[in-house]
Amino acid sequence: MSILLDENTRVLVQGITGSEGTFHTKRNLAYGTKVVAGVTPGKGGQKWEDRIPVFDTVADAVNETGANASLIFVPARFAQDAILEAADSGIGLVVCITEGIPARDMSVVYPYIRAKGVTLIGPNCPGLISPGKANMGIIPGEITGPGPVGLVSRSGTLTYQVMYEMFTRGIGQSTCIGIGGDPIVGSNFIDILSRFAEDPETQAVVVIGEIGGDEEERAASFIKENVDKPIVAYVAGFTAPEGKRMGHAGAIVSGSKGTAQAKAEAFESMGVRVGRNPTEVAELAIAALD
Amino acid sequence: MDLFEYQAKELFRKFGMAVPDGKVASSPAAAEKVAAKIGGRVVVKAQVQVGGRGKAGGIKLADDPAGAKAVAEQILGMDIKGHKVRRVLVEQAGDIKSEFYASFLLDRTAKAYLGMMSAKGGVDIEEVAATDPEAIARVHVSPLTGLQPYHVRELLFGARIPKEAHAGAGELLRTMYLVFIQMDASLVEVNPMVLTGDGTVVALDAKVSLDENAGYRHPEFEKLSSEIPLQKQEKVAKEKGLNYVKLDGRIGIIGNGAGLTMSTLDVVAEAGGTPANFLDIGGGANAATMAAGIDLIFSDRKVKSLFVNIFGGITRCDEVARGILGALEQLPNLKAPIVVRLDGTNATEGRRILEEAAHPNITMAPTMLEAAAKAVALTKGRRA
Repeated sequence: MSILLDENTRVLVQGITGSEGTFHTKRNLAYGTKVVAGVTPGKGGQKWEDRIPVFDTVADAVNETGANASLIFVPARFAQDAILEAADSGIGLVVCITEGIPARDMSVVYPYIRAKGVTLIGPNCPGLISPGKANMGIIPGEITGPGPVGLVSRSGTLTYQVMYEMFTRGIGQSTCIGIGGDPIVGSNFIDILSRFAEDPETQAVVVIGEIGGDEEERAASFIKENVDKPIVAYVAGFTAPEGKRMGHAGAIVSGSKGTAQAKAEAFESMGVRVGRNPTEVAELAIAALD
Repeated sequence: MDLFEYQAKELFRKFGMAVPDGKVASSPAAAEKVAAKIGGRVVVKAQVQVGGRGKAGGIKLADDPAGAKAVAEQILGMDIKGHKVRRVLVEQAGDIKSEFYASFLLDRTAKAYLGMMSAKGGVDIEEVAATDPEAIARVHVSPLTGLQPYHVRELLFGARIPKEAHAGAGELLRTMYLVFIQMDASLVEVNPMVLTGDGTVVALDAKVSLDENAGYRHPEFEKLSSEIPLQKQEKVAKEKGLNYVKLDGRIGIIGNGAGLTMSTLDVVAEAGGTPANFLDIGGGANAATMAAGIDLIFSDRKVKSLFVNIFGGITRCDEVARGILGALEQLPNLKAPIVVRLDGTNATEGRRILEEAAHPNITMAPTMLEAAAKAVALTKGRRA
């Protein structure tokens, strides 16, 4: 098993005809992902790359193809609309790769989709991959394989680094999820950890955090109370100065809040081992399997 | 983007909020002029994006225009916690009966807006939160419903704001919320909000942070941001669209992706080095971005070496390798060592390109940790 995504997930791509949408849809298809439809308003009736039907609305795409997950590549100013359209069309899993969405837009999206029971991954994220089954987003499929470790992260390339460190040591993953680097994202560490806790295939979980907010602190308490599987963690941004936004909109230390030190200590105080660098966290995860 | 007080107050004025009569000035003569126009006693306030300016001597009263000129002379050019004072705000000084605190902000944890109010205003609110948390009323506002009258009542009654101030303070709260929503702010704070002797309530200080991601629907953001001084390298980075934060160390850093770049800074520090910057060249970085990044980093004279740490996803390592070589062609006098670690998409090709070029400045390293150690070793002994 894996979580959220597998070989039976029927994926539609919002923004499939754009350059990003086209490039990554090709990669996801090549990986074996079941991409069944695309949506670009005004291009309904066309076939993308002569193979995938394109629709004007998500509702049409769902009705015609039975799509149950949506991957979003639309520009930031159209993203709120795209996520809400997917949620209102009966899609259960929405993955939004788009970066730079205003926080106010997400503040409206969040309570709406949560009330509907829709799972949103992202925005400003690399998506998710269930190695050997399906890939939904921009994670390179070549640096991982099926295995017993679940991975959840606020970062993209740092996730690849840890996946690769494990892969080169012969250990693959059940599912890897980048939840996104924005102040408000659809799914938090706890949402994903509770799914990994229920997944029989996942034997250990790596949590990759970074500065800003209090997601890591809350995840640490949740792990202690609710998760029996071994969890290891890594936190990026020990050298980040206060008040500077480190790339991600959500990665900012405000006063004494949100520092990497505080997050690492929160994990350790709840019995979660913390690696000092990506290599060490990969090694800790592998050691935790024994 | 954190606005200066004067910018925030101009914004408040546009929304019809009660703020003291005043204007910004960048010279003592201009301050004198503003004071003459206002008439009577004025307060001259340093415009800096850092707290504690009152204690640092950045806020002074003056009885007349000549006095305003004199104190402006003292304040302009002052250094307050590393921030040079370039402008002062000259405002009418009123008599203060009581001081309150009020704010609206985006609460990441609750994924909602948080309104806060306290009858203990004019002091550091974090200190009030630590010593007397009961003194702060808090109310969450759902982004789906927006601010309702009961939210305002909960803040006013909850904070035990005196009855005579309710009408004025309520009006200010509603307008603050409008600014918060319509301007895509992440914070709108008024501390202190004051009840004056004549019974009116005004925003005496103002702090506003805007969400730059919403810039596309706010053409005015560009003008606001142009008034906020940037450090030299940060200015260049902004023009070139590079995600750069200047730090104080000697080892330049280029990474792709925010998380990996942050982690690169950390492993360099762990290996005993000092990172000079954060520079995320982002996804899909090409040769031109790479060249611009290298050029930018070495424009900081303190930088003695560079560590390029790339994990190719969308970014292709062969493009990165060509970018490094292209940048070095443009910088023939560069003596500093460059340690490169490439993994992921087209890494083999990227490594081959750099190996064949055999450039004297470039050292390759197989892993992130080895690369960090090498960068630190190569920086040692080079003159600071």
